[in-house]
Amino acid sequence: MRAARSRPRNLLLAALAAGVAATAVPAIAQQPNANPAPSAQPPVAPSAQPGAGPGSQPLTSPTPAPSTQTSTAPPPWAQGRPDTPAVANLAPVAPPPIPTPADKLPVAKLKLPRGFNLEVYAAGLTNARSLRVDDKSNVYVSTRLLGRVYAVSDKNGKKEVKTIATGLNSPNGIALHNGTLYIAEINKISKIDNVADALDNPLKPTVIYDDLPSDAPHGWKFLTVGPDNKLYFNVGAPCNICMPSDRHAQIRRINLDGTGAEVVARGVRQIVGFDWHPMMKVLYFTENQRDWLSEDQPQDKLNRLLHPGQDNFGFPYCDGGDIPDPQYGWGHSCDEFTKPIAQLGPHTAPLGMRFYTGKMFPKDYRNAIFIARHGSWNRSKKIGADVVVARLNPDGTVKSIEPFMTGFIQDANYVGRPVDMEWLKDGSMLLSDDYNGAVYRITYGPPPQQVSMRH
Amino acid sequence: MARAGKAATFPAAFLAGVLPAFAADLEEKLTPCLACHGVERQSEIESVPSLGAQPAAYTVIQLFMFREQLRVAEPMNEMTKELSDDELQSIAEMIAKQAAPKPPADPGDPKRLERDGALVEQNHCNVCHRPDFSGRDNVPRIADQREDYLLKTLREYKSGARRGYDATMAEVLQPLDDAQLIEFAYYLARLR
Repeated sequence: MRAARSRPRNLLLAALAAGVAATAVPAIAQQPNANPAPSAQPPVAPSAQPGAGPGSQPLTSPTPAPSTQTSTAPPPWAQGRPDTPAVANLAPVAPPPIPTPADKLPVAKLKLPRGFNLEVYAAGLTNARSLRVDDKSNVYVSTRLLGRVYAVSDKNGKKEVKTIATGLNSPNGIALHNGTLYIAEINKISKIDNVADALDNPLKPTVIYDDLPSDAPHGWKFLTVGPDNKLYFNVGAPCNICMPSDRHAQIRRINLDGTGAEVVARGVRQIVGFDWHPMMKVLYFTENQRDWLSEDQPQDKLNRLLHPGQDNFGFPYCDGGDIPDPQYGWGHSCDEFTKPIAQLGPHTAPLGMRFYTGKMFPKDYRNAIFIARHGSWNRSKKIGADVVVARLNPDGTVKSIEPFMTGFIQDANYVGRPVDMEWLKDGSMLLSDDYNGAVYRITYGPPPQQVSMRH
Repeated sequence: MARAGKAATFPAAFLAGVLPAFAADLEEKLTPCLACHGVERQSEIESVPSLGAQPAAYTVIQLFMFREQLRVAEPMNEMTKELSDDELQSIAEMIAKQAAPKPPADPGDPKRLERDGALVEQNHCNVCHRPDFSGRDNVPRIADQREDYLLKTLREYKSGARRGYDATMAEVLQPLDDAQLIEFAYYLARLR
């Protein structure tokens, strides 16, 4: 286990995003003053230890670790879960299984910084999750709940949606490499070679690796190909909080043919977003922390893997990078584990994240990380459900985090939930929404022409 | 499932035909469902659930999963395969308006029910399913459901044989053993 390299940053994004006034913008709204700073959204500076660097703010009052329960002994997943009637409305939010029609999508409610435009790229993609774009600009969209993978292709300016794989076991993770689509299901990794050549009549995925647990809880994966040409994916903890087996709560990598499996990180509860720093070639990832500790703790995390094979990120001993777990933390200190480089708010469920390497957005977004926060369920007041942008220092630590896209929470309910983003060739952003079954496109500059839909 | 098989005698095409908005009364639309699930909204067939007052969002998800073969129960896969999204929604809304199932005549063993009630509270079933176990949104009503169906469902979630729409029930049942599942089913089937 490795000691902390960087300090955790207590980013009170949640409170900030919740305080953002919800002003409606048209579906395609070009705001003439091309100023990338969102005027209604004050930037969020990470409050770090005094002296942590320029722009840092004093640490907000630290929340003491909750005391452990001593009366009855609830099962691990329910540790800390209160008995008060006020929590009777807390339950996981299931996305509707029926997609929202294109003309009913909440585009008018979603807010972007000045100069950015939002349009619907594709609708009718029930449970749209991870996104990948090939060099022919076909867009691959995974699902978590339906066993499907979709492909969206452009036919003379019209978007066509095809289901290219069905019957898969929660195929949340997809990655593209040299024309091959790799698919991570709960219990196997498979591939479809030359996927773009046969979108109308796709081949069945070929399994390359299946030495994986079959647990459904946190069994869905994120998948990426590293600069070392290996596939990286997570095996989540099969619980809210428990002592994981040596096959769980980790990041593994395998060769593109499924051989050479290695564990490169341990102590990770669940990950639904990875990406590689464009210059440093280091793996960054979001990590979702346990439920039922309290309304405002623990914070979900942004991590980076500097020491593959050595880093342990703390599950189940340390929650959020700074709280010894009430059940498993005894005899441990959070200092034993690799610290997050940012905290992303309590229960906010940060999922997809990508570095921006395109040229369309203003210069100060270059090499920044966009992070989709899916939004909370284990909290009385919903927070998250937005896209934030994290700008980094030259050493790869986090300089600032600010809201980028908001408005998915209206009247304390979700009108959409962002999951993952990917870049089109022109540098514009695609963003998936699994609540509505849609993919949005975000551009900067003159508004694009209305895209017509066909299914 | 032998008796439940009679549901298959109502072809899906017939069911779809009676569902459009202009169709006759509620009773008629639900007739094929009630043949198995009980005319009083209370199932009398082993392992077939009572449907009365089930939250619509939960029912839509289940009907969708049956239609897409994500949940396997042959009569239900057959009955739903031709239904449109709108039809799933309207059936679910009709079911939500039906009377809730009643507890069985046999009140059960009071000592056991008291112990079970404590177990259920300790495991916080009453948080997501609500204190009266009437459910809400995507969380089903489980109050006074058939005991055999409750136990079968709990065991299937625990073993992974039944995949929920998401993995919540598999997660919460992960630390529990079969003896506890038996007590949950006994208690929830006898709420008064």
